[in-house]
Amino acid sequence: MTSSTNVSCFHEARRVAIFGGTHGNEMSGVTLVNLWIQNGKEIQRKGVETKPFITNPRAVEKCTRYVDTDLNRAFTTENLSAPSGDDLPYEVQRAQQINEIFGPKGSPEAYDVIFDLHNTTSNMGCTLILESSKDYFNLQMMHYIKNAIAPDSCPVLLTEHPLLKYSTSRSVAKHPIGLEVGPQPQGVLRSNIFESMRVVLKHALDFIELFNKGLEFPPCTVDVFRVSEKMDYPRDTNGNIIAMVHPNLQDCDWEPLNPGDPMFQTFDGTTIRYEGAGTVYPTFINEAAYYEKQQAFVTTRRETLAAGAIKKT
Amino acid sequence: MEGREVVLPTVSRVALCGGTHGNELSGVYLVRERLKRKVEEEDHFSVVTVMSNPRAVQQCRRYTETDLNRCFTHATLSGPVTDKTPYEIVRSQELNTLLGPKGSPEAMDLVCDLHNTTANMGLCLIAYSDCDWISLHIYRYLQRQMSDIPVRFIHFDLPLNEAYSLDSVGKHGFAIEIGPQAHGVVRSNILSTMQEGVQHMLEWVHLFNSGTQFEGGKVDVYTMVKNVDYPREFETHGITAAIHPQLQDRDFCLLRPNDPVFQTFSGETLKYKGTEPLYPFFINECAYYEKGIALSLARQRSVGIPSIRSEREGEQGKRKSSAEEMEEEEEIKGEMEEEGYQKLMEYGEESDSLNGQYN
Repeated sequence: MTSSTNVSCFHEARRVAIFGGTHGNEMSGVTLVNLWIQNGKEIQRKGVETKPFITNPRAVEKCTRYVDTDLNRAFTTENLSAPSGDDLPYEVQRAQQINEIFGPKGSPEAYDVIFDLHNTTSNMGCTLILESSKDYFNLQMMHYIKNAIAPDSCPVLLTEHPLLKYSTSRSVAKHPIGLEVGPQPQGVLRSNIFESMRVVLKHALDFIELFNKGLEFPPCTVDVFRVSEKMDYPRDTNGNIIAMVHPNLQDCDWEPLNPGDPMFQTFDGTTIRYEGAGTVYPTFINEAAYYEKQQAFVTTRRETLAAGAIKKT
Repeated sequence: MEGREVVLPTVSRVALCGGTHGNELSGVYLVRERLKRKVEEEDHFSVVTVMSNPRAVQQCRRYTETDLNRCFTHATLSGPVTDKTPYEIVRSQELNTLLGPKGSPEAMDLVCDLHNTTANMGLCLIAYSDCDWISLHIYRYLQRQMSDIPVRFIHFDLPLNEAYSLDSVGKHGFAIEIGPQAHGVVRSNILSTMQEGVQHMLEWVHLFNSGTQFEGGKVDVYTMVKNVDYPREFETHGITAAIHPQLQDRDFCLLRPNDPVFQTFSGETLKYKGTEPLYPFFINECAYYEKGIALSLARQRSVGIPSIRSEREGEQGKRKSSAEEMEEEEEIKGEMEEEGYQKLMEYGEESDSLNGQYN
């Protein structure tokens, strides 16, 4: 078969959701979704039902990341199949409700696309998060978005990893897409960050509309950063952090970190260097929410993914 | 500034506080390190290092029940304590016993409280008085020693009993506020700046106590005028606009009438409606959304400070209470303002040359 006839066909992406407030203190998503719940004109596209949705209203109300447990880690098979009950942590109950409305996860009834809106204190710019390297629909969408916002860039983080992949709220859909925009402090709304998230979503919805109209998207490649290793802060025997992200690494998300480069700085000024085998591309550098998850940053490796042509069935 | 030299008691007991807000991590880490290294005695004076709100620090939150740094008014400090009293009020009374009592001769000579802000404010000393010569001389010393970061002095004009923050417990006191840093995050450059600031402050105290005379002069002070809230929806009270991109991060850049202040979510620009140009600060501070503050506005003025030195052996007069010291300060301030006014008439505004530095 030649590549010109090798087109992957997908059903029309009719049911699309936009999640905000999965973490209640990540304000761009909370604000955008609340706006669109009141007036959804901006997110309407022909042939698409787009549903804006606040996933963790209690956390949003308290302006906190979560109430009992991180909602964006709660969509495990175990949690989703557990018998429902009031004694379950709030976010587990919420995950079950969300799975009912937008899933069930893994079934034909699940929503076609879910965009999950996040902010980070890291200097990640406008990052798109991809969960599967084989999701041609998502790859084509990301390719479209990257072209649309050029010369601005939109790094793609691939979280496909046997240990490091986590069960996100968006994973309920057939095509889950994370939007991670930073740097922005938790609890703060910066208008430039808010606007850039809005623009990326606009292009994403444009893509879906074009796809649903029957446009065929030719084969393409997408440069991604595949997640590799989680790096914790150096700690003492009591678990207290004893060094900080080195000034040379701070804010350098997506830039190469070579063996021997400074990585951490102890409180008395000693430099701790990266001792990996080769060059990596760190990201989520100094994310506030990850101190408790034992993560100072995550390393990634560059990869080029190929996506075949796609078309509506 | 010729003439009047002011002689003041030595600053022999200093308190350094961090974690007053549990998620403002520079102070938390600095205090933790000092407590680990058990640093207590400097030459000529003692330093007590305090983790103000350990429960909030443990949870990495600003506070657990109520904002500790609003609990130091005389009313709150003298209120009754029951088992229903919020943790932070119990704690403020404990801290008042440890470092005060506020307003009494037993209080710490100097209380320095370490904070971070999400606003782009550089390093600010924040105090209730614009005529506490110790604080103002420390400010000037920091300005001269620290060239990498803008150093400013913010004055909240409140009488002592209404002063609500921890630093008001000492005979002299101020907060050191450094930004921008997201809450819950430690940035190495910000921590270094705070370490440097604290270092220079302690240096100054050492020099002062050793008898060094610090010459008088003039310093720029920002006096808080008013707060501006976000535009909000009538029913839900939710905000309907964000700080305008042209104002974001422009703390201490003069805000003139009709300058953009907010951008609504539908893209409309809301402009500054005041008639007096003022200096904005605490622009988009995370913790202030719930307090109804999008930004604060200040007036800048030049304040004359006298030459000062510490009391020598045998020179000790009777120990003044805070109130008496403040009265004397106000007197000197009045004299200096008159002198300053006359100088103004002769030479014009001298402080303009300093303004350009920080924009």
